[in-house]
Amino acid sequence: MAQTILIDPVTRIEGHAKITVQLNDSGEVSSAHFHIAEFRGFERMFEGRPLWEMPGISARICGICPVSHILASSKAGDQILAVEVPVAAEKLRRLMNLAQMIQSHSLSFFHLSAPDLLLGMDSDPAKRNLFGLIAAEPSLARAGIGLRQFGQQIIAALGGQKIHPAWSIPGGVRHSLSIADRDWIAQRIPTEKKAILNALDRFKSIIEKYREESNVFGTFPTLFLGLVAADGSWEHYGGRIRIIDSRGGLIADQLDPANYHEFIGEASEKWSYLKSPYYRPLGYPAGIYRVGPLARLNICQRMGTALADKEKIEFSQLGNGTVQSSFFYHLARLIEILAAIEKIEQMMEDKDLQSTELKAEAGINRLEGVGCSEAPRGTLFHHYQVDPTGLIRKINLVIATGQNNLAMNQTILQIAQHYIKSSTIPEGILNRLEAGIRAFDPCLSCSTHAFGQMPLRIELLDSSGRLLDEVRRV
Amino acid sequence: MSVVTLTINQQMITANAGDTILQAAKDAGIKIPTLCYLDGLSAHGGCRICLVEIAGSTKLQPACFMKVAEGMQINTETHKLKEYRKMIVELLFAEGNHTCSICVANNHCELQAMAMAVEMDHDRFDYIHPPKEIDISHQRFGIDHNRCILCTRCVRVCDEIEGAHTWDVAGRGGLAKVIADLDQPWGEADSCTSCGKCFMACPTGAIFQKGDSVAQTEHPRNKLESLVMAKDKKQWHV
Repeated sequence: MAQTILIDPVTRIEGHAKITVQLNDSGEVSSAHFHIAEFRGFERMFEGRPLWEMPGISARICGICPVSHILASSKAGDQILAVEVPVAAEKLRRLMNLAQMIQSHSLSFFHLSAPDLLLGMDSDPAKRNLFGLIAAEPSLARAGIGLRQFGQQIIAALGGQKIHPAWSIPGGVRHSLSIADRDWIAQRIPTEKKAILNALDRFKSIIEKYREESNVFGTFPTLFLGLVAADGSWEHYGGRIRIIDSRGGLIADQLDPANYHEFIGEASEKWSYLKSPYYRPLGYPAGIYRVGPLARLNICQRMGTALADKEKIEFSQLGNGTVQSSFFYHLARLIEILAAIEKIEQMMEDKDLQSTELKAEAGINRLEGVGCSEAPRGTLFHHYQVDPTGLIRKINLVIATGQNNLAMNQTILQIAQHYIKSSTIPEGILNRLEAGIRAFDPCLSCSTHAFGQMPLRIELLDSSGRLLDEVRRV
Repeated sequence: MSVVTLTINQQMITANAGDTILQAAKDAGIKIPTLCYLDGLSAHGGCRICLVEIAGSTKLQPACFMKVAEGMQINTETHKLKEYRKMIVELLFAEGNHTCSICVANNHCELQAMAMAVEMDHDRFDYIHPPKEIDISHQRFGIDHNRCILCTRCVRVCDEIEGAHTWDVAGRGGLAKVIADLDQPWGEADSCTSCGKCFMACPTGAIFQKGDSVAQTEHPRNKLESLVMAKDKKQWHV
């Protein structure tokens, strides 16, 4: 008898989602879907607001990565003002984005995914959480919390608050970095570098143990998309779009993000409020691509810092041309934290960080602008159209998590097909379905602007929708 | 000028006959909360935040308008008055969309400060929040009618200090709004001298400097105070 397995909601992710797995009459997995069942509709709320308020308002989409929205929004504003921001402002924006990478990636790895990876996919679910991790691995948990604090503290030093700092604005930024705050950052760098190097070693030591998972946690060919610098190195704020295939071959390079609609199409499916972007020339759904840490490491030649470059070489050896397993999003995330710390270290002596030349003044000089930057979860686009006075007429946001939607769906199908052999399913297998999603670190509050409660409910339904079995996790 | 004696909150004070209760209280160092009132402008009496109780009268009276009289016994901080003030502020938040967290005047807003002063911790009234227009057609300033509490400070300061009378109020009840000239986009209002006094006087984020982001608007009230001192007392800051 055909059955549906429902995981609702998926836990330890940012936002509210559920997973359904459909079994056919012979008990084999026939399909699997990752549903985003809530809708917030921010794009509509922004209509009619002044352009200059957009970074501050769009930051409110998400408490985890407000900086990403602030930066993409400011960059869209820069385009509409038709200005080049002062050199110091760009450096300060880069500093904040690096801090954001550190804090967000730390949250994803240490707080949300390390319980699965270090305590075990099949460990006691009551303890498989941050508190269990603190009890079992206090020094690693403390280092992870410290890394997140380091990133958050830099954001607060620049923007005045850790969450939703309305600091970057069209044309530049509002404040520079004080000498005292710079010194605080500089003295923390050795500790944080050591913390991330330890975490990297730790992760690499468990790769063998998770060989089975890494083979089925979203291991399939897709395109990879992201920003790269002009010299092909890792980029997070500027640069242009590069798209490669699963063997590492260049599909497109040096694309102007402002023309995103020419190469990114957005499909909608009736089972999710999350759009499914695809690479337009290949059509839907063949144009499946991935963004985020895994994509950024796959598309770039080097990270641009000494220690991270070594890690990147080692990382590349996990695949042939590209690393295809989404399980290694975790490793890519850790390498990006290391690169971000090293890049911040390189910036510390730069006097521009204390500059007073922070903003280019201008009125409305264009009626349309696209801002693009790399959010922790991937490439983020803010596209605004304004009236001649600067009021927002129309908005389109292309969110990183959305761009991974097709890959996340394919991932849970792959995991389900590998592990689910009958309608009685151990908890550890259901957790693997969730862990497959966690590898992408989806942020559903960003991508659909959802919110909700987080109890877990798993239902077994037959093909007529009759409830066969139910498990609740409160 | 004759002098009268009265009590405010059981404290005996003297005041010039013809003073308002608000003026007399201020001279005696007693603070009565206000929102639409602004020193140097005529009183409006619209917000009702400065209501006081006067012994022998069943009606509450606005301190910004009511004149002192010999033997008056005034209370400014009774339970009833506190409840009324809180309700007035809640109604203002229920009527217009004042989302503080994304407002240009966050942390520099008299309505927000008043909400804290009256200890408003939630709104007992359903939000109405009708969509209202935003006009940023002026080269330097913008007005967001969502954040306007119709205190008419802009109308009065433009008329009484600048002398331009660009602003006025049109419509009634829930449809009332301040308008520039003959309800034109502000940028097209010929009478506006772009002096910025309405911006200096605005208590909320309704009138802001174009280009301001969240929590960036600080109304330069001290400039207005200097102008009022120059006009009324012929004293100039140098």
